[in-house]
Amino acid sequence: MPLEVHIEKRLPEFTLDVSFSAGDGPLGILGASGAGKTMLLRCIAGLEHPNRGRIVLGDRTLLDTERRVRVPARNRRVGLLFQHYALFPHRNVGENIGFGLHDLTRGERERRVRDVLERTHATGLERRFPREISGGEQQRVALARALAIEPEALLLDEPLSALDTHLRSQMEAQLQETFLEYRRPSLLVTHNIEEAYRLSDRLLVLSRGRVAALGPREEIFRRPPSVEVARVTGCKNFSRARAISENVIEAADWSCQLRVAQTITRPVAHVGIRAHLIDFAESSSGGDTEENTFPCWLVRSSETPFRITLYLRLNKPPDESGRFELQAEVFKEKWERFRGRPLPWHVRLSPESLFVMPE
Amino acid sequence: MAPPAATDWSPLWISLETSITATLITLVAGLAAATWRERRTGAATALVDGICLLPLVLPPTVVGFFLLLLLGRNGPLGKLLLWLGATVVFSWPATVIAAAVVAFPLMYLTARAALEQVDSRLLEAARTLGATEWRVFREVALPLAWPGVLAGTILSFARALGEFGATLMLAGNIPGRTATIPIAIYFAVESDDMRSAVAWCAADIAISLALLSGLYYWTHAQGPARWARR
Repeated sequence: MPLEVHIEKRLPEFTLDVSFSAGDGPLGILGASGAGKTMLLRCIAGLEHPNRGRIVLGDRTLLDTERRVRVPARNRRVGLLFQHYALFPHRNVGENIGFGLHDLTRGERERRVRDVLERTHATGLERRFPREISGGEQQRVALARALAIEPEALLLDEPLSALDTHLRSQMEAQLQETFLEYRRPSLLVTHNIEEAYRLSDRLLVLSRGRVAALGPREEIFRRPPSVEVARVTGCKNFSRARAISENVIEAADWSCQLRVAQTITRPVAHVGIRAHLIDFAESSSGGDTEENTFPCWLVRSSETPFRITLYLRLNKPPDESGRFELQAEVFKEKWERFRGRPLPWHVRLSPESLFVMPE
Repeated sequence: MAPPAATDWSPLWISLETSITATLITLVAGLAAATWRERRTGAATALVDGICLLPLVLPPTVVGFFLLLLLGRNGPLGKLLLWLGATVVFSWPATVIAAAVVAFPLMYLTARAALEQVDSRLLEAARTLGATEWRVFREVALPLAWPGVLAGTILSFARALGEFGATLMLAGNIPGRTATIPIAIYFAVESDDMRSAVAWCAADIAISLALLSGLYYWTHAQGPARWARR
């Protein structure tokens, strides 16, 4: 039961203009803040009205501006999960979940409520009020409430971002489980790249209201089609570039020539490499003759519990401007091994790790 | 401090009946107007806001005068009513109309503030769960806005109870029919019946004070403990 979306909605900053189709299963939606992710979900749910477009879910047309079809939100059978749960504070958990089951008999409704609570591991909360349960439980109940109406698509708007780390990973496991049994189009909007990657096989990247990338997650992470997509998927290192031969490019911002593994067919505008794929040559001298290996100086560093980010200047020692060309991320163990070595170090940008992006 | 036995009790009953009826009308009209207003934006709505709030700032005599023009024998609504076989001016319904019009802005303002405070995502969640707009209003918006709506109701009631100027203009002073407590006070003073005037003043103060302090107590007693399992 695929979900097909072709919509145009004028917003103050830009026009949301997206066209895509999502099959059964989760589709992660990534994008910078204000790229239109939430607006897209709201349009599909029927809470916002696109200026033009068509939304088809299975065999039901939810929106067709040309044929003047606009199914109201209440008849769309699309479940929406909000970042801040949006549980009704004046109704207990059972009544919250039962809200969408208004037409059922009391017995049938109670059976359904028990059933979804079991599926979301929130059994026993029926009589509690939202303010009496934790954020994680509230989001489970919100998920149960959305699933209770047996929606034909599920929209999740940053469902984990209000939770702390521990609850977050528990809720993520819950979503994983839900996606396994709920085989319908599920759009998951998130800011967290790793979360999107773990939860969905396919990704859609939005940039200023347009689809910047759509496809299997591995492909989008390995070969981002544009700088924007690379940035949204967490890439930190870019340089303007032009092709010199079939697999050699000149990287203008890094002032070097690089061999790349891809065969270049289209004009190249940028080259990029992910911070954790930057390698350091073990020997401290003579490395310069190896391919894609350059001397570098440390400008500054910043630590996280297990890794360290090194800000590097290529080819010349740092000056007072604090300028750097590359950000490398290494595990602390590795850092301990070479932190004492004299500068310059030798950084290696392996051809397999580099990706080129067209205009 | 009851009025002397010789005194007619009717102003109390007229006042209570008038205020209760006017408050019920105001409640429905105020909620409807506030709900309507909440869904709209634009220049026209600002004009509606202005019109809704006018009775709050105009002297009640002006309101009464306009109502008289509107509902009198030669007024547009008055003619229609006459054709239907009814006259409103100088009758009990006139006291209700005057009180309702004057109390309306208080209801409208508080109801709007209360409805605006309701998290719009809750209303949206209700819609995605299949609720009709009526259910969204009745089962989500209204219960959540209820403290504010109730406050507006009590304020409206107190205002209706104290209404004098517009009532006098539109309903006059007909003992036993349109003479409410404030009107009874005015005419008691005018005819030098100070005992009655003082007694009615005391009654009016007592009712209003009880209502307002009750409201204040109630809104504070209902803290964050609401909607928790007891």
